[in-house]
Amino acid sequence: MSIKTLTQLAGDLKNGRVSSEELTRDYLTKIDLSDHNAFISVNADSAITQAKEADKKRAKGADSPLLGLPIAQKDIFCIEGTRTTCGSKILSDFEAPYTASVVENMRSHGLVTLGKTNMDEFAMGSSNETSYFGGVKNPWGSSDENLVPGGSSGGSAAAVSAQLAPAATGTDTGGSIRQPAAFCNLTGLKPSYGRCSRYGMIAFASSLDQAGPMTHTAEDAALLLNTMAGFDQKDSTSLDVPAEDFTIMLEDSLSGLKIGLPKEYVSEGLDPEVAALVESAIKEYEKLGAQLVDVSLPNSALALPSYYVIAPAEASSNLSRFDGVRYGYRAEEYENLEELYLNSRTEGFGEEVKRRIMIGAYALSSGYYDAYYSKAQKLRRLISNDFDAAFKYCDVIMGPTTPSPAFAAGSRTDDPVSMYLNDIYTIPVNLAGLPAASIPAGFTQSGLPVGLHMITPYLREAKLLNIAHQYQLVTDWHMQSPSSLGGTT
Amino acid sequence: MALDSKTVQDIARLARLRVSVEETTKFGTELSNILDLVAQMEAADTDNIEPMTHPFDATLRMRNDQVTETNQRDKFQSIAPSAENGLYLVPRVID
Repeated sequence: MSIKTLTQLAGDLKNGRVSSEELTRDYLTKIDLSDHNAFISVNADSAITQAKEADKKRAKGADSPLLGLPIAQKDIFCIEGTRTTCGSKILSDFEAPYTASVVENMRSHGLVTLGKTNMDEFAMGSSNETSYFGGVKNPWGSSDENLVPGGSSGGSAAAVSAQLAPAATGTDTGGSIRQPAAFCNLTGLKPSYGRCSRYGMIAFASSLDQAGPMTHTAEDAALLLNTMAGFDQKDSTSLDVPAEDFTIMLEDSLSGLKIGLPKEYVSEGLDPEVAALVESAIKEYEKLGAQLVDVSLPNSALALPSYYVIAPAEASSNLSRFDGVRYGYRAEEYENLEELYLNSRTEGFGEEVKRRIMIGAYALSSGYYDAYYSKAQKLRRLISNDFDAAFKYCDVIMGPTTPSPAFAAGSRTDDPVSMYLNDIYTIPVNLAGLPAASIPAGFTQSGLPVGLHMITPYLREAKLLNIAHQYQLVTDWHMQSPSSLGGTT
Repeated sequence: MALDSKTVQDIARLARLRVSVEETTKFGTELSNILDLVAQMEAADTDNIEPMTHPFDATLRMRNDQVTETNQRDKFQSIAPSAENGLYLVPRVID
């Protein structure tokens, strides 16, 4: 089954080769037949209603670029009247009373929601294995191995990769868009912090969380970001910058582009096959006229330790709202109010969420604030300063997205710290708030996809997508589909 | 850094989580491992460095002091585990 990009499907809708309703029904059937566990909820009736509306609008002459395209939403985004679980038991029956701004924005461009995708509980995880609704199958795994799709946006990645949706949304706090994109051969973009509104996106670590597109191509990502981004009065950290067309630079030449290669990104623990594929991708950029520059990000090694203070601290504060009183799960048995809180939270949260809440509570507890949270925020500044210094010598920084390709389900669940190491290359970007993407860069001997990670200065998403798109014009890694779908790799 | 079982129980109490005796050892080991990772922060000299709270060093926006929210009490309470006459119901706290 050859890949259909958002761009191609938008053309098909525009030329009347297919209607939104036909397309939507087609994807709903594929979702129904799939065994990836990529979706937590599918609302077929609502999707078909939205598709019919889009077809009507088109008949009346409306022509927004993605009008009538069905996509999947990560189940972290509230949609009014729809079950929104965030992958947790504590929200397993939660019907959101309002809709996230990102979803509103996408709807106003005529996009159709097929359903809500599976994810690690409260976006805490790198394998989708912490989901209350079970793990997700990576379509790139062979029939006899169960590989993880990455996380936390694992359901979104598997859905797009298995062609159950032409595109999906994800969120990225420490790598949750880019790492699953790398594991599932997709283009995943984490925009600058503040680009996409956090309103209605269930909070994990508020100073790091950012929504973004997960697609087959950079061109698709640019189109989808156009519908997601924008200033929002309802998000106190939303960026008040003029609206941009992120497709505008796609065709620019890369002649003279300066690519920074940090020596810290070729670290111990990097799989040699991943290193070799990333190196050859960078050689391809040289053919496109780019120049390579050695840069240094000396504080990179401090990113993971500081992230595991900041993210859990913010999470422990954000997740204190789940108390079994106002919404969400309430324990059946309790003797008093204190027990109501304790039992609801103890029964409602999974282990990884509990670990992070406890680390956060410890780091924020009396007497420890300076040693942990304040220290971590100082390191955050040093990490951000490193990027500023490096960008004086280059336009983009490149390296591997992940230290290894997708791994087997269950292989890292016993040791939380080994799971955290997955995000070693992606986390510094969240701490600095920069835009970054992962794009397909080839396959290992055993046929697993590998991601090329690229980072640009603040607000340079259009340039970033240009850099990704030009590579995709001269390579076809991103158009390969897994053998389970009839692909050759 | 190894957390003893009393510290694990103290943290659990702060977090309003119940940790059984068997779980205390497991969480103790896991949390200690995470704190060992975190301890690598100590290697960095951060004297005279300002903490960074926001990637853009932006401050929170102000807006005019006007009522913008409408009353949606009934709607919000319709998803509560237990509510009656506009009140959230919980076990008695005062005898």
